[in-house]
Amino acid sequence: MKLFPILGGIHPEYRKELTSEKAIVVMPMPAALYIPLQQHIGAPAEVLVAAGEMVKKGQMIARNQGTVSASQHAPTSGRIRTVSEVTAPHPSGLPQTTIILEPDGKDEWAELPEPIADPFAVDAHTINERVSQSGIVGMGGAAFPSAIKLNLGDQKKLDTLLLNGAECEPYLTCDDRVMREYPDEIIDGARIMAHALGTPRIVIGIEQNKPQAIESMTKAASAFSNIEVVGVPVQYPMGSERHLVQAITGLETPARKLTADLGIVVHNVSTARAVHHAVRFGRPLVARVVTVSGGAIREPNNVLVPIGASVSDLVEFCGGFAERPESVVNGGPMMGSPLPSLEVPVVKGTSGILALTAEEINDRPTENCIRCGSCVTVCPCGLSPLDMAAFIRKDKLEGAAKLGVMDCFSCGSCSYVCPSHIPLVHYFNYAKGVLNDLERERNKNDRIKTLAEVRTIRIEKATEAKRATLAARKPASDTTQPGNSGEAKAAIEEKANV
Amino acid sequence: MSIAIMKKSGPFSHGLNSVQKTMFTVLLALLPATLFNLYLFGWPAIMLFTVTVGACLVIEAGCLSLAGKPVMATLADCSALLTGWLLAMSLPPWAPWWIGVLGAIFAIAMAKHSFGGIGQNVFNPAMVGRTVLLISFPVAMTTWIVPHPLFSAGAPGFFDALAITFGGHMPDAVSSASALGHIKTELSRHIPVTQSMADVPGLMDMMLGYRAGSMGETSAILILAGGLFLMAKRVISWHIPLSVMGGLFLIATIFHLVDPARFASGTFHLVSGATFLGAFFIATDYVTSPVSKTGQLIFGIGCGVLIWLIRTFAGYPEGVAFAVLLMNSLTPIIDQYTRPRAFGRNRKGEPLPLEKKP
Amino acid sequence: MWIAIGSLTVMGIILGALLGLAAKFLAVKENPLEEELKELLPGSQCGQCGYVGCSQYAAALAKGEAAVTLCPPGGKATIEALAKKLGVTADTSDHEEKLPEHAFIVEDLCIGCTRCIRECSTDAIMGANKLMHTIIVDACHGCSKCVPVCPTDAIVMVPVKVTLRNWHWPKPEIENTHSKPEVGHAH
Repeated sequence: MKLFPILGGIHPEYRKELTSEKAIVVMPMPAALYIPLQQHIGAPAEVLVAAGEMVKKGQMIARNQGTVSASQHAPTSGRIRTVSEVTAPHPSGLPQTTIILEPDGKDEWAELPEPIADPFAVDAHTINERVSQSGIVGMGGAAFPSAIKLNLGDQKKLDTLLLNGAECEPYLTCDDRVMREYPDEIIDGARIMAHALGTPRIVIGIEQNKPQAIESMTKAASAFSNIEVVGVPVQYPMGSERHLVQAITGLETPARKLTADLGIVVHNVSTARAVHHAVRFGRPLVARVVTVSGGAIREPNNVLVPIGASVSDLVEFCGGFAERPESVVNGGPMMGSPLPSLEVPVVKGTSGILALTAEEINDRPTENCIRCGSCVTVCPCGLSPLDMAAFIRKDKLEGAAKLGVMDCFSCGSCSYVCPSHIPLVHYFNYAKGVLNDLERERNKNDRIKTLAEVRTIRIEKATEAKRATLAARKPASDTTQPGNSGEAKAAIEEKANV
Repeated sequence: MSIAIMKKSGPFSHGLNSVQKTMFTVLLALLPATLFNLYLFGWPAIMLFTVTVGACLVIEAGCLSLAGKPVMATLADCSALLTGWLLAMSLPPWAPWWIGVLGAIFAIAMAKHSFGGIGQNVFNPAMVGRTVLLISFPVAMTTWIVPHPLFSAGAPGFFDALAITFGGHMPDAVSSASALGHIKTELSRHIPVTQSMADVPGLMDMMLGYRAGSMGETSAILILAGGLFLMAKRVISWHIPLSVMGGLFLIATIFHLVDPARFASGTFHLVSGATFLGAFFIATDYVTSPVSKTGQLIFGIGCGVLIWLIRTFAGYPEGVAFAVLLMNSLTPIIDQYTRPRAFGRNRKGEPLPLEKKP
Repeated sequence: MWIAIGSLTVMGIILGALLGLAAKFLAVKENPLEEELKELLPGSQCGQCGYVGCSQYAAALAKGEAAVTLCPPGGKATIEALAKKLGVTADTSDHEEKLPEHAFIVEDLCIGCTRCIRECSTDAIMGANKLMHTIIVDACHGCSKCVPVCPTDAIVMVPVKVTLRNWHWPKPEIENTHSKPEVGHAH
């Protein structure tokens, strides 16, 4: 298949050899599981259980609120200890509502929904319902509710399902191992998803540094003529949805539009596997493979972790820290976020836990920008990081917005190459946050203005009505009589309060 | 186990490059040509070089401490060292010491720190230094010397050199015109280029460096080697050097074909003067050249054409410094108009139209 | 000589007259600045800016008598919009960014008298006579007009909570090797 070049990008030190040959190991159930109500983009799920209740594995313990939301299921059987605020695996260190479950050791499945015998005979709606019911979200890290993405066949004309097996971040090997060990499950899931979307073609994009994964997936896909496995060049950020689409089709997704507008829907390979489990066995998403790696981990590994396991338990399972890490990162080193502590849960979008040493991070004191232009050369979005950062440094955020900072998806390529070690991505994250805040404030101000205007009109109307009533009543009653005037007053006040 | 809470967002990985490494690589690339030329011109050149570089470092330290910035940390990035080095290479090798010191003041204090320090200057500091010196002290700045290799007969010894550099005692009958200077002077005497070319050193000699000129002008081949080394190390890209040399060569060749008696050939322009030094080391200065590749090409072609124009029509025989300074002034506007196209948008910044699928 | 004086004088008169006509007939129509400024303000007439109402503040702004930073409920968005409209630079570095606040009714003290409901400029208080009152946080923009009217002092202003939804990275605090440390602005 003809491939197309993508703009910019970098070739970082991948260090995948720390875990790429380690087969997936299953983590034993920890003493407690912390399942947040929100592990996805959208509205948090609504809790269905109470403290003291016994639940079985796979039982829905929180239901999605609306379409842009996902449900949560018990990763094992046990007793609900409580529903309380636990620190979220988020750099802010803020807490979120979390269900705390104590496993009973029996690991008994609940009564699961019936397996769909022939997924290719049922309609898309049935499959999407099952996917939604099973709490499946994008497992590449974005954690967008997958059922919504599978529904796109209704609204747009689609022709390709693109499975994202690029895994372009350094250190991470979870998708690599899943592709090597469970290729048939991924292919089956992909075919089910393609059926739901109505796409005749399936393409699986895998970076060329994973030759065994390409081989095993090609073998598994060989039985199906409409599935093509493609080795894409090793270039960060090849795993970015829009850039993978460009590499494979040469099409550039217009700004503010989805890849679906080009007829292509992208899903992660592990998401496809989760769909296979949900549709064929009725099993909801209750565990995921996490790469635990980094120079400070004693035994780097790829671990099958139950959702809600605490990161401290996971790190202990991997031998603990060989040395004190400079930072523990959730995700890959380029786009991952620092963890506020180890007492946070692993959630559906956690693809990696990296304990990095100072040497690996290679942070140096910041110096002045020397306008070398390396950042411009590597930016995959065609932006000018040095100019945007200069505006942001001087608090001229509108200037940065004009240069397109809202288009930046924080891949980190610019920060990686900057010889002056300027924290470019941090500037852009700050700018995007503030600009979003301002947008929210502007919207709120508009709403407030409308509310205030409506109220003013209402008060005026009420005052008019009051005047009219008084004018009508005047000749009829004597206003000096206390009883009557009291009644009239009460009636008027009642009207005004409406 | 508690861990340090990072106040920084990602990424948590970084390439191995740094400002210091980059400057170091450039100095390394300049080293062969510099050493050879110091050998060619002997002790006075060595003294002038030392004085110039030393003055640059001292003035940089002075400006930094005046501005309240950390002195040792900033000196360590080697940018002042590089400026001094390039400035020294553009001076006549036997110039008196005060030329070097004044040049350092103009370059470092005036062209760099008065704009805000590293990264903030509009004009190339070394070239500003050279240009101001040239205009203020035209005689001292155009006294070129034939090479007197170190330890050879006729070369000044250490103490003679002290007299030359610090005593201002220039021995007679050693000055010589540079090739470009000679051509220009002869033209003004109505002697055509074709004839005066016979007096200048042959192409090979010009490439190797056995001719009069500043340290950066001689030994074109070593400068070229240094420049190619820089490109291999990815410190500079091919855009500026190729467009400077290409622009110069093309316009010179065209006019030479039209009137060989008036205009020197393209190859002559390429190997004489500070063309290679300018193309690889001076025009490629990060701070004062455009950041986008298209911008760099425009910048380079502009430099090449201006070099030819100034050499041919203007009052001075050498045009690299002026050409670079003129193009430096255009860098901000070139940058503004050659910003790359954003992904998913057209050049105006609007989202691309959705392609209608058949 | 007389011809020169004469011709220049005539030209001067003619050109001057043309300019005068242009100033009258080609004059750029000034937009009613005051109206536009008023549109940018929240419109709740809370009085925190020191003027009686939003129209008075807008009038003062149009005359250039008032600073653009006087409206707390408007927040930074309003300051920037006003600054843009007036063509001035808003010096928000000094601006004490009061964290956005909203009202909160302490339920133990509320007696259900509905005085605050009648006072609220955006109908952000829910309740009825003798029933518990509560603040609809989405509609409350912190003008604090309700606070003084409550007979039992049951209303307090509390900062808007930062949650996972509205948190964002603070400005990087860079310690640059080449300059004095840059302190980030609290945001």
